[in-house]
Amino acid sequence: MVKFEIHDLNIWFGSVHAIKHINMEIQSNEILSVIGPANSGKTTFLRMLNRLNDLNQNFKMNGEVRLDNEDIKNIDMELLRKRVGMVFALPLPLPLSIFDNVVYGLRMHGIKNKKVLEERAEESLKEAYLWEEVKDRLSESAFKLSGGQQQRLCIARTLAVEPEVILFDEPCSGLDPISTAKVEDAMVKLKEKYTLVLVTNNVKQAARVGDRTAFFLSGELIELDKTDKIFTAPQDKRTDGYIRGKFG
Amino acid sequence: MKNPYRTQNIAFFFLFLATLLIVVPVGLIIVIIIQKGLPAINWQFLSDIPRQGMRAGGIFPAIVGTVYLVTGAIILALPIGLLAAIYLSEYSKDNLLNRLIKLAIVNLAGVPSVVYGLFGLALFVVFFKFGASILSGSLTLGIMILPVIITTSREALESVPQSFREVSLSLGASKWQTIRHIVLPNAIPGILTGTILGLGRAAGETAPILFTVAAFYLPRLPNSIFDQAMALPYHLYVISTQVPNVAEKIRYGTAFVLLALVLIMNLVAIIIRYKFRKRKKW
Repeated sequence: MVKFEIHDLNIWFGSVHAIKHINMEIQSNEILSVIGPANSGKTTFLRMLNRLNDLNQNFKMNGEVRLDNEDIKNIDMELLRKRVGMVFALPLPLPLSIFDNVVYGLRMHGIKNKKVLEERAEESLKEAYLWEEVKDRLSESAFKLSGGQQQRLCIARTLAVEPEVILFDEPCSGLDPISTAKVEDAMVKLKEKYTLVLVTNNVKQAARVGDRTAFFLSGELIELDKTDKIFTAPQDKRTDGYIRGKFG
Repeated sequence: MKNPYRTQNIAFFFLFLATLLIVVPVGLIIVIIIQKGLPAINWQFLSDIPRQGMRAGGIFPAIVGTVYLVTGAIILALPIGLLAAIYLSEYSKDNLLNRLIKLAIVNLAGVPSVVYGLFGLALFVVFFKFGASILSGSLTLGIMILPVIITTSREALESVPQSFREVSLSLGASKWQTIRHIVLPNAIPGILTGTILGLGRAAGETAPILFTVAAFYLPRLPNSIFDQAMALPYHLYVISTQVPNVAEKIRYGTAFVLLALVLIMNLVAIIIRYKFRKRKKW
C-alpha cells in the first residue's frame, strides 16, 4: 500500500532551490532510508512530510504531497503531525519529567484520564525498549537519562500519540555504537506497525535497516530502489561513488 | 622590552578597578541611608500619620500610597506587556508594521519620566476625568514601565530554545499549546526579572506621580482608587525641599523605608525566580 505519494515537489528557501522536481512514493510498513551528502535536501524533504518547514518564513513549495491519497495541504496541521511523528537528530527531551515527556502529546490532544496516560506511557516505553530502564524513576527529570536513553525516550514520546508514519532525522548521530544498535533494533521492530522514513548520514545504517534506499544529491532524487540493489548494483555512477565514500 | 605579564597585570588592575567603582556608590548609598535613617525607624514612624506639618509622626499613608501605586501599575503593565511580548516573539512576522511597533517600544523606554507625568495629566486626569487619583497615577506608572516589561519578557521568550517548540509542534500540539506549556513556563525567570525592574522604577519615580496622584499632605489613607494618595518619593521630595525644619533623621528614615520597600519587592521576585531556575535544566 502507498502511504505517501509525492508529485513534482519543489521547495525553495528564499532564492535557494532546496528540493528539485521530486517524484516518489513511500510504502506502508517499510523503512525508507534517505542518504546523501550534506546540503542534499534530505532533512528538508523529511520536514516537508510533517510540514515542519512551514515554520520557516522563507519556505515556499509547489507540487503535491498526498498522505493516504489526501493532499497534506488539506489536512489540519495538528492532525497531520499527530499522524506523522518525528524523532530529531539530537535527543531533545522537553524540560519535564520522564513520564510527562512521554504523555506530552496525548495531553495536548486532550487526554486527561490518568489511567489511560499511564497505560499508553508503559506501552510506548516498552515499544522503544526503555521501560525496564526507567520504570522506577518515571517522575525524575528526563535530563537525568543518558543520551541513548533520552533518544529512546523521544521515540517513545512519538509513539505515544500513535502515529502512522515516523520520521527519523539522523536519530543516531549523537549516540555511541551500543545505543545506536538499540535504536536500530527498535526501528526494525516498529515497521510492523508503522511506516518509517530514516534520514541518515551513516551509509552502513541505511544498509542495515532500510528496506528501500533513496539517494539525494543537490536537491534531486538520483536513485530509489531496494536497499540490496542500491548497495550492490546501483544504476547511477553518482550513487555508486557516494556509497563507496568517494565524495560527500 | 615589553613584558606581556606586566601588561596583563595592568589590564587586570584597571578592569578590576572599574568593577570596584560600580560597587562603591551602591555600598555608600546603602551605608549612608542606613546610618542616618535607621535611628528614625520605629513602630510609630511606620504606622502613624504625619503630624505637626510633617515634622513629626509617621509616614504610613505614604507607604500605603506607594504600595497601591506599584500594585496598580503592575496589574496594568504585566498582562499587557506579557501579551505584547508573546505576540512580538512568537507571532509577529518581520514586516514594516512590526518593525514600527518595536521601534515605538524602544522609544517609549527613552521618554523622560516627567513627560509621562505631563501625559498622564493630560490623558487620565483631564481627558478621562479620573482627576488626580490612584487610578491616574497607576495608569501613568504602568505605561512608563511597559517597555521594560515587554523588552525583558521578549528576550526571555526568545531565549527558550527553538528545538523545544519544534518538538512540541511535531507531536501535534498547536502553537498556542506550545507557548502555554513549553515556552511560557521556561521564560518565567526572565519575565520576573523584567517585573522586578519595573517594580523598582514604579516605586521610585517622582515625576510621573507629581501631577497625577501625589498629595502634598493627606493625613489619612485613601478611600478608593479615585482618591489622591501620598507616596514615598514625593513625600521625600516635599519634606526635603518644601517644608522647613524637618529633622534629618525623618528625611533619611523616609528614604530608608523607600529603599527597603523596593529591596523587599525585589527579594520576593528573586526568590521566585531562583525557585523556577532550579527547575530549568538545559
